[in-house]
Amino acid sequence: MARNLSMKDAINEALDQEMSRDPTVIVMGEDIVGGSGSPGEDDAWGGVLGVTKGLYAKHGDRLMDTPLSESAYIGAAVGASTCGLRPVAELMFLDFMGVCFDQIFNQAAKFRYMFGGKAETPVTIRAMVGAGFRAAAQHSQMLTPLFTHIPGLKVVCPSNAYDAKGLLIQSIRDNDPVIFCEHKALYASETDVPEESYTVPFGEANIVREGSDATIVGYGLMVHRASEAAETLAGEGIQCEIVDLRTLSPIDTDSVVESVENTGRLVCVDEANPRCSIAADIAATVSQQAFSSLKAAPQMVTAPHTPVPFSPALEDLYIPSAEAIADAVRKTMAP
Amino acid sequence: MNDNVFPLGKEELLKAYHTMKTIREFEERLHVDFGRGEIPGFVHLYAGEEAAATGIIMHLDDQDRIASTHRGHGHCIAKGVDIGEMMGEIYGKTTGACRGKGGSMHIADLSKGMMGANGILGAGSPLACGAALAAKTLGHKGIGMSFTGDGASNQGTFLESLNLAAIWNLPMVFVVENNGYAESTSVDYATAVDSYADRAAGFGVPGVIVDGTDFFAVYEAAGEVIRRAREGGGPSLLECKMVRFFGHFEGDAQTYRGEGENEYNRENNDCLKLFRARVTEAGVVDGGELDAIDSEVLAAIDKAVEEAVAAPLPGAADLTTDVYVKY
Repeated sequence: MARNLSMKDAINEALDQEMSRDPTVIVMGEDIVGGSGSPGEDDAWGGVLGVTKGLYAKHGDRLMDTPLSESAYIGAAVGASTCGLRPVAELMFLDFMGVCFDQIFNQAAKFRYMFGGKAETPVTIRAMVGAGFRAAAQHSQMLTPLFTHIPGLKVVCPSNAYDAKGLLIQSIRDNDPVIFCEHKALYASETDVPEESYTVPFGEANIVREGSDATIVGYGLMVHRASEAAETLAGEGIQCEIVDLRTLSPIDTDSVVESVENTGRLVCVDEANPRCSIAADIAATVSQQAFSSLKAAPQMVTAPHTPVPFSPALEDLYIPSAEAIADAVRKTMAP
Repeated sequence: MNDNVFPLGKEELLKAYHTMKTIREFEERLHVDFGRGEIPGFVHLYAGEEAAATGIIMHLDDQDRIASTHRGHGHCIAKGVDIGEMMGEIYGKTTGACRGKGGSMHIADLSKGMMGANGILGAGSPLACGAALAAKTLGHKGIGMSFTGDGASNQGTFLESLNLAAIWNLPMVFVVENNGYAESTSVDYATAVDSYADRAAGFGVPGVIVDGTDFFAVYEAAGEVIRRAREGGGPSLLECKMVRFFGHFEGDAQTYRGEGENEYNRENNDCLKLFRARVTEAGVVDGGELDAIDSEVLAAIDKAVEEAVAAPLPGAADLTTDVYVKY
């Protein structure tokens, strides 16, 4: 039975159900229990934004607070995944990858290939991504392209609670290392979410709105901005199709190409910085595979090539807006 | 033959010698063949350090996991990785332990508990902590063990892992192989304390120093820290002071070494010579028995090289496989 659930609660439920189903699933990270060893309440925080709250009471020591040692505990999660566990390690903010990136891109991502196909590394690394929280340059980035560049990693970024639950369960059951990106601005957003366990497969985009005039491709928070833009444009008689990529590696370019073959126009939206972004990747792929279908040059709407600023006035300008997306679509419609 | 004064039976002594000799001759052969230009890439040789890998890993079984270093051939052989597959890997052939995709620095055999040599210095410590965590969580008696050189023991990953293993009371042993040189840089220059074992106290774990050229000293010290880990006593740090017979990598001119240093080490600090002298002088093993092992090992290595040279190279179809389990 489905009920309305926030993305935060959907993620909690996915972890809960997988820990109940599979005793080899463990969850570790900084403050994911919160209060370990402190004089007050155990499970005081349940994660810095409360995503794992309540799981300690049900699953006990299979949830482990870690010291502030990202290299050590992300590496331990990676190592444990080659030894019979399915760890879910929380990196809190994806920006912290800088501290432990070696364990992700030189170790987890490469074991299978380097060892001639003899290793499996079923580790999931959860982390918050995205701007809008006035958290400035080191807690707000959309670093997805850095991970999609690396062969061996899978990269997931849901836009809603339903997908978050299904994609997280898929990530945990998946036998490859997965970077699971949670947009903090979407934690409170609600959709219908079935109570029972289910998976959303990787590499299958979701057409969240059908339209015949232009294709808007995005993921995470940008899907919502695209929807706002599409509403506005519908009032102008422009019908947009929105493709929510859901997973960025593997990436469903077939659905994007198919959509562009119908609409003839493409706007790629990405909260990441523009160079070598997911948007640039999609624009290049479509230009190569569906050039003859294009009626106008593909457009990219991305964050600028700057760090994320602190001042609310600047941060609001940094994040791609519905207006900017609508303008980009209008540009593709110009004769 | 006299009574056995050693902590191992004669069969085990012969086995230890066989392992050490296999490592030595494997590396000596690579030194020659690399010099002839027959080996692609580059290799880091373990010769001179055999007593450490052998004396420590003899206490382990396949359930115990080790994370090795860039200088990993000795750990692989001691952990039971097939030398034919190792040689095939070093030659980049399909018969290699990693089908030619990893090379010398990435030889792994998870079925033997060998989690991989590693091209990133210090990266193995967190991974081995993961193995120790898995053993603890799954409730088996296996342990995790990481090897780091004196150089990589200055990495944050190593120090963070000591703390993590200590607070989680993991069944873990941190082996520091101190051969005096981080690549070309002396340990006296690069490390602020006189001994790595002293650092263990800073993490609340036991630190032990042992003469890494003395197989028996290593065997005894390793037995103690491994037993402690296996019985739930938590992690330890074991520092082996040892010598590296070759350069950091093959082709290293080693001008940073002292005059006559290598010759002195070969003469006075050769763990194989020391082992042979100990067991024969005690009258427990006959020199002829060791000579027989020498011949056997040389033949096995000749065979491994011949097979590696003859084995097929990977083809275009192999380039893009084994990236993911499923994509």
